[in-house]
Amino acid sequence: MNISKQIVDDFVANDISFVTTVPCKQLGGVIEEVEARPEIYHIPSNKEDEGMGLCAGAFMGGKRPAIIMQNTAIGVTINTLVTLTQFYRMPLPMLISYRGELKEPVACQAEMAVHTKALLAQLSIPTYHFHKKEDAQELDAILKYTFMCNKPVAILTDATFWGGY
Amino acid sequence: MIRSDILREIAPILRDQLVVCNIGLPSQELHMIDDNAANFYMLGTMGLSSSIGLGLALAQPKTVIAIDGDGSVLTNFGTLPTIANNVADNFILLIIDNGSYGSTGDQPTYAGKRTSLAAVAKACGCENVIECQAAETGKILREAIDSGKMTVIVSKCESGNIKVPVITMDPVVIRDRFMKAVAG
Ligand SMILES: [Mg+2]
Repeated sequence: MNISKQIVDDFVANDISFVTTVPCKQLGGVIEEVEARPEIYHIPSNKEDEGMGLCAGAFMGGKRPAIIMQNTAIGVTINTLVTLTQFYRMPLPMLISYRGELKEPVACQAEMAVHTKALLAQLSIPTYHFHKKEDAQELDAILKYTFMCNKPVAILTDATFWGGY
Repeated sequence: MIRSDILREIAPILRDQLVVCNIGLPSQELHMIDDNAANFYMLGTMGLSSSIGLGLALAQPKTVIAIDGDGSVLTNFGTLPTIANNVADNFILLIIDNGSYGSTGDQPTYAGKRTSLAAVAKACGCENVIECQAAETGKILREAIDSGKMTVIVSKCESGNIKVPVITMDPVVIRDRFMKAVAG
């Protein structure tokens, strides 16, 4: 099955109905799938911290949110993750394109890639890394875990997982 | 009139609505004037009041008023196109524009100089944008609630602060009681 469709099926099966996205080439298929699903309100955001604010509001309104973004966004959102999502104890699955890993053609992406896991660890954010196709089989359990513990949770998806550029 | 005068005047209107209140002095003032479970106080994260408010309005049917400041809107300008393109008719963004960063000591903002937030909101595609003077805020807010149309209000007031205690309530308590008010 198409991996983008499989990911969004897991979202819907876990009652995720409010998804904000910041565009990414690797995640383009997932974003298209999110847009296509009637069960999901898709709201593109201009910046990832704005998106996390939208998700916080949607969560308090009774919806399960998720954000789709690139790993560079970790640099943008540390304050929001700490003083909003974590401080108020809100769940937030973050489906992240892990740019700058093996097969990356753009050197600058590697600069953020080398800090990504260290930053997530420093923030005590549970982090999962999808490198092979079969890793995605854990997504359903990761989403259930996220809404069980009310934390932001990172799912890093690298170029090998997506089948290269 | 300064921000706290506006908040005092509109408190009876806010009381029946879900309110998301901006970080710093606005939240501290609202908390002092009329603390209740339907107020969500931001204790950090400057700029996201309008985003939290929009997310909340899109997720459920009750009216949501996001109280924001000129400085906070300037720091999260991307919010205005998102609001304009995701119309929630139960959403009101009330920008209290005192032309300064009040919570940090009244340093001037560009909104107090050449930049018109109402003009920016309109340029971003927001349809119902009203700029008013501080004293009219209550009347305009009431009309916006009754209109059932998404509205952005820019209330121009003087800069200045009153002495207020910080909010010591635990954020999880703020969030929990707010969610019960949302669901109730
Ligand atoms: Mg101000």
